[in-house]
Amino acid sequence: MKGLPVLLRKELLESWRTMRLPIVGGLFLLVGLTSPLLARFLPEIIKAAAGDQLPTIQIPTPVAADAVDQLWKNLAQFGAFAAIVLAMGSVAAERDRGTAAFVLSKTVTRGTFLGAKVAGLGAVLAVCVAMAVAVGWTYTAILFEPLPVAGWIAFAVMAWLGLAAWAAITFLASTVTGSTAAAAGIGFGALLVLSIVAAIPNAGRFLPGGLAGPAVALAAGVAVPAGDVVVPVMSTVVLIAFALGAAGWSFRHQEF
Amino acid sequence: MTDGTAAPSSVVCRGLTKRFAAGRGAGADGGVLAVDRLDLDVPAGSVFGLLGPNGAGKTTTLRLVTGLARPTAGSVSIDGMPVVPEAVGSRDGIGVLDQDPRYYGWMSGRELVEFAGRLQGLAAGAARERAGETLALVGLADAARRRVNGYSGGMRQRLGIAQALVSRPRLLILDEPVSSLDPEGRRDLLALIADLRASTTVIFSTHVLADVERICDRVGIMADGRLVIEGPLDELLARYAQPLYRVEPEPGQEAGLVRLAATLRGVAWVDGVTKDGERLMVSVTDEAAASTGLLPLVVEAGLRLTAFERVRPSLEDVFLRLVGREGTAA
Repeated sequence: MKGLPVLLRKELLESWRTMRLPIVGGLFLLVGLTSPLLARFLPEIIKAAAGDQLPTIQIPTPVAADAVDQLWKNLAQFGAFAAIVLAMGSVAAERDRGTAAFVLSKTVTRGTFLGAKVAGLGAVLAVCVAMAVAVGWTYTAILFEPLPVAGWIAFAVMAWLGLAAWAAITFLASTVTGSTAAAAGIGFGALLVLSIVAAIPNAGRFLPGGLAGPAVALAAGVAVPAGDVVVPVMSTVVLIAFALGAAGWSFRHQEF
Repeated sequence: MTDGTAAPSSVVCRGLTKRFAAGRGAGADGGVLAVDRLDLDVPAGSVFGLLGPNGAGKTTTLRLVTGLARPTAGSVSIDGMPVVPEAVGSRDGIGVLDQDPRYYGWMSGRELVEFAGRLQGLAAGAARERAGETLALVGLADAARRRVNGYSGGMRQRLGIAQALVSRPRLLILDEPVSSLDPEGRRDLLALIADLRASTTVIFSTHVLADVERICDRVGIMADGRLVIEGPLDELLARYAQPLYRVEPEPGQEAGLVRLAATLRGVAWVDGVTKDGERLMVSVTDEAAASTGLLPLVVEAGLRLTAFERVRPSLEDVFLRLVGREGTAA
């Protein structure tokens, strides 16, 4: 993998200079910040908005687990959107601009070129998820109670894995189609279809969406059977590996 | 100039063929034959000019040599190492300038050249040092800190040359390197390429025949994907360029000039007559006969002359003879 550190540095620098990292990082920070706030104050907001129109409905008092749940939901929505946007042009835009040919005329293998992109994408998502989770944990501790850090680390890893799955599918589409727009369409289509499939009983645990239950429980300090963690984690890892493997195979057979 | 025949070949193509699938162009057999059984030897240390009209297959050939495209048949090797897209060994020590250079606009010129050097295996310090040197060499020292997306077309081409040279390559592949340069930039680049002779093998594709005549040792002319002719420039000129005479009468003798042209077209040793404004260019097959017989014919036509001379045949004459006028026949 000669040239990988140089290309990875370029990917990270590009993310920063083109404002992708600051913008997506800001979005994740906002998600981390607002999720516990929303969980804590949503009942009061509803009460204030509804006034005396909903006198008989009892709104439960929010707890720390609600903040965790809210954070996962927001990451699954906004985070998935950001992951798709980050991945959609990663290969297609370089092909389109002609910069892929520039790099590949050097002593760089196609595997190294893609590997650096995958590592850069994974690193950007990891930084963003880490920021959101760190801020989320802090606000949850302030507004509710401190929750076990180990559980939140597991939550962060699983959130990153879930987002990496959407990024990997979009990355595959970007590599195969060579079109940023087509990659975005396929990424959002996959997100929609797999979200619908996840509603089928027992199917959800084999999809990235199946990470939600164990991740939220672990962050809330609730014990989870190992099988409930391993199955969705392994399924998601297999999905990512398949998408990246297919992207690598396709890219090896392309011409510039 | 050297004929380069004694030098070992740096680039060797054998039966190199590239057919693009249907959809990238017309083709009764379901595709476009961009390169057709190309056999080519580029001697080490030579400056090799690859010529041909648009669509001749020059750029595809260079992409096959750099491993950016995969041949349908045949092979390419560089310094004995087979060129395979996934194997980087053959690209070690090669500098490439694309026909339409595109780079990362968010990088500065210096960063881009350093980046190219690092990808060619230079250590960080060496890449930084070489980047400064090559940017100065191509006249971009003052713009080194500016972002590439603010560069003009000519500056991008200079930057492309800098990034191709940064690792001091032993093989330099330049696809239309002077197309966006102003006359000064063109002159400087040609001088730079000429200076690389012997230390670096240069393959240089262009439409500008005068540039090739100026700096190339060897020339290959492609047409319709095939190599029509290849060899040392002097040899090609001697072999294919017909002796040429320029007949330039005083102004206002149009009718006489037309009559002379008609007469000359009927002479056995005259190969062709081209009327270029108020002068005639006469190519001949028998120089001895022409040297004694042409001037009397001009005198007989009653023309008053301002010039009558034997001119040195140019590469353009060879090119037009082999490609333009006679199609692909060698």
